[in-house]
Amino acid sequence: MIRYLGARLVQAAVIVAIVATISFALIHIAPGDPFSAVMDNPNVSERVRATLRAQYGLDRPLPEQFVRYVGQLARGDLGWSFSHDRPVSEVLATAVPNTLLLMVIALAGSFALGILIALIQVARRGSAVDHALSGISLFFYSMPDFWLGILALLTFTYWLPIFPVGGAVDPVMHEYMGLGGRIVDRLRHLALPALTLIVLASAGVARYQRAALLDVLPADYIRTARLKGLTEREILRRHALRNALLPIISLLGLSFPALLTGAFFIEKIFAWPGMGLAVVNAIGTRDYPLVVGGVIIGSIMVTLGSLLADLLYAWADPRLRAH
Amino acid sequence: MPGPTQDSAPINPPRPRETPLALGVRWLLRWRTSRAALVVLGIIVLTGLLAPLIAPYDPSAQPDIVAAKDLPPSLAHPFGTDPYSRDVLSRVIYGARLSLMIGVLATIVSLTLGVAYGSIAGYAGGVVDTIMMRVLDALLSIPRLLLLIGILVAWPRLSVGALVLFLGFTGWFGLSRIVRGQVLALKHAEFVTAARALGASRRRILLRHLLPNLVSPIVVAATLGIAHVIVLEAGLSYLGIGVPQPQASWGNIIQDGADQVATLWWMSLFPGLFMVLTVMTLNILGEALRDAYERRS
Repeated sequence: MIRYLGARLVQAAVIVAIVATISFALIHIAPGDPFSAVMDNPNVSERVRATLRAQYGLDRPLPEQFVRYVGQLARGDLGWSFSHDRPVSEVLATAVPNTLLLMVIALAGSFALGILIALIQVARRGSAVDHALSGISLFFYSMPDFWLGILALLTFTYWLPIFPVGGAVDPVMHEYMGLGGRIVDRLRHLALPALTLIVLASAGVARYQRAALLDVLPADYIRTARLKGLTEREILRRHALRNALLPIISLLGLSFPALLTGAFFIEKIFAWPGMGLAVVNAIGTRDYPLVVGGVIIGSIMVTLGSLLADLLYAWADPRLRAH
Repeated sequence: MPGPTQDSAPINPPRPRETPLALGVRWLLRWRTSRAALVVLGIIVLTGLLAPLIAPYDPSAQPDIVAAKDLPPSLAHPFGTDPYSRDVLSRVIYGARLSLMIGVLATIVSLTLGVAYGSIAGYAGGVVDTIMMRVLDALLSIPRLLLLIGILVAWPRLSVGALVLFLGFTGWFGLSRIVRGQVLALKHAEFVTAARALGASRRRILLRHLLPNLVSPIVVAATLGIAHVIVLEAGLSYLGIGVPQPQASWGNIIQDGADQVATLWWMSLFPGLFMVLTVMTLNILGEALRDAYERRS
């Protein structure tokens, strides 16, 4: 177990190192330098440009720049965000918790909903209900994240104005609310983006979990349970679901990239002040350091997520726990 | 939805000399769902191919930027017009052409890279394989969209050709792992040993003996890969770093109306519907093919 953990940690470190190399390469393959947006601005004097170049070491040889860059990354320095006029790490530090909140809610919600749908389908496998649910989950699975987000925004904020249009809190009234009112205000703003992400992600979970349950059903112990006279419901809940739990944990690790990508679009559409919104807005302002910082932090989040899922897997699987 | 996984109809034993492609086609024609998917996809592909004949207007013509802009759907403009007075139906039709073309070309690029990388790693084995797989792990853990954002922001106003290349460069990681697994499994198969005993070169073994056995996973990966690229391209175009204006892709039509989603609802609804139909049919076909090949093996 400890050896496995160690190997897995080393692997995660290697991944982060490669991500850092790629992001360094990205910055340097690009035409001009990362300050093109500032450099092209006629109001920025040559003196400022030279200072910036020197400050970032852009006048040094590449290997030296690379060492410098890795050193800065290791200290958590992701550079300077032009559009926010603050360090990138500060911008992301305020945004990442909002993204995590959205992702955690979406993760929990989509797994609960997806597993429930899969159970209903498998309990009535081959029936019209099963086919209808397969069709619906395929439909949502095939839907681009941003399109469902736009449709949800249109439907539930403009046509049926149930939810507020965007942001994390009411821009004017939040200040004047009591504690209870503030909590309700936050939840109202969180509801629609979170629900959209849950619907998107649960389609994949349901499809995967249905297949996992169907894989388990032909097993001998299921036949034994059936011969013991257990009802189909009990078999599913107590025998099949429990043994289809390991694939759920694998899926957990696999779903982080898609979830993060989904969060990027959903945050943009609902103006949810997370990392996705910060990076997408940085695309518009050509704030290159902020974009690359987001890519690095996003990749690290995904790596940590799958590391966590692997550890959970090792802990949950008695065959691995023994080692 | 009746599909290969639910159907328990007796299956003809595969004919001994049937190629994977023939098996795939026979399989797809067997189910109502995949037949319907083939028809729908066929119509969309034809629409794209025949865009100049079908589209009622020039997709980039701006006839009257004041009087004809932002018109809701009507008989003259079934999908309405955009803020530049362009006909949205014509743009969606031309968008089908471009989005499908990008999907196919980018997938060809990633298939080539994935097969090359995976078969080299699997065939070489040992340290080379280990290093190549660790690099792959790292590449797989960077979300593809984020990687593309990082690349595309550095090159503002990229041509469609370059966009295709970047979409292809970032899409081969998953396939190369599958290919490597297959090559690893087949490396010690008797027919490979026999070929080696007959003095076949490594190159010949890889190209003539191993590659033909990889056709089925490649066909599945290609079908699902095209669907994935279409969604990615749309997302990037929606973010304003995909297909450059005035060319129309499904994503950038939606982007054109994004500032006024509430009033210009037709600009996100119609291209999105085409996109979902295309992606859904590709997913149905890809999964039906996967079932076909899995049952045989």
